[in-house]
Amino acid sequence: MSDDLSVQAPFPGVFYRKPDPESPEFVQVGDDVQADTVVGLIEVMKMFQEITAGVAGKIVSFEVENEGAVSAGQVLLVVR
Amino acid sequence: MALRIQQPGLMTTVQDEGRSDGYRVGMPPAGAMDKFAYRIANGLVGNPDGLAVLEATYLGPQVEFTEDTVFAVTGADMPATLNGEPLDAWASHTARAGDVLAFGFLKSGARAYVAVAGGIDVKPVLGSRSTYTLCGMGGFEGRPLVAGDLLSVGSGVDGTPGRRMDRDLVPAVSGAVELRVVVGLASYRVEPDSLAAFFETDWSVTPDANRVGYRYRGGSVEWVPRTQPRGAGSDPANVVDIGYPVGSIQIPGGSEPIALLNDAVTGGGYATIGTIISADLSVVGQSKTGDVTRFVPVSLEGALAARRDAAVRLERARASFSS
Repeated sequence: MSDDLSVQAPFPGVFYRKPDPESPEFVQVGDDVQADTVVGLIEVMKMFQEITAGVAGKIVSFEVENEGAVSAGQVLLVVR
Repeated sequence: MALRIQQPGLMTTVQDEGRSDGYRVGMPPAGAMDKFAYRIANGLVGNPDGLAVLEATYLGPQVEFTEDTVFAVTGADMPATLNGEPLDAWASHTARAGDVLAFGFLKSGARAYVAVAGGIDVKPVLGSRSTYTLCGMGGFEGRPLVAGDLLSVGSGVDGTPGRRMDRDLVPAVSGAVELRVVVGLASYRVEPDSLAAFFETDWSVTPDANRVGYRYRGGSVEWVPRTQPRGAGSDPANVVDIGYPVGSIQIPGGSEPIALLNDAVTGGGYATIGTIISADLSVVGQSKTGDVTRFVPVSLEGALAARRDAAVRLERARASFSS
């Protein structure tokens, strides 16, 4: 467990796992990500901002569901 | 002297007191959303009132100083660092050429201010250096900053490093916000019971909350039945066009109130059921998506007293500066 790295929301808003409703999720549990891999979007102030993993590893879990409200610093997903 | 923007943050703009002369002809003021934090930031670095600063919303920028200077960070709790070393907010500091100011995740509040000795030296437009993004005017090229921007800083202010405001005077910010409201001018459009309920509702700030306005969710209002007046729209929230004060609250459709703020349209055809008092606009500017907000009715006399109190608080904060 000590190897778990969390990807946090840098600012508050609504978290989206897909680039648009018709597209598949950016990433899934089990996917390998790099620091620059886009893992979702956060919408705030009528802007959509891409959220990158910031760390490299394999996605263990998502802690926020698609279109869930998030606060700044909230854990979005866990990477190991 | 200049500031080089390495990373812009989410929404960072140049702001000052705003343009005050154009409201009557439809020009919104723009300007810093939290005037207290803005004015203290200028004061800490030794700037005269009214110089331009950076306003960063939710996510701070990464900024390189091209020459030695003095700067201060105030506003939201967004832990600042200089070359990676933690830095006190509400205090002025010396930066050396090549030093980099950066910010950590937002802890509370919404907007941080960065003042630099001499102020951000963009060309004033209609009497202000504030950015009004909807019209692409003022500030730096009329837009939020992007990576690579190089912002000139004014000369003529030596700067006062090591100046700090009394920590006890830092405004308390929490996720539970109370905003005082003078009821009217078009509150007669809402059923009295419903208007009373409006002030008993926990409203939450939606993601639709920016310099133009804040949209809230949490309840709805019932309109007084009426025959649509000539010149008004068909929505029961419509009236014949009126002026919108900064801070006025309208409720298109009857749900999701919108508080109009510094960059909002100055008039239109929605009933304004109340106006957030000027003394509390800085509180709005530090509230963020997800915060719970209560609107509290206050008399005009109460609003004026609050405005005097806010002026006293600002003077007390300035008098507390120590080095």
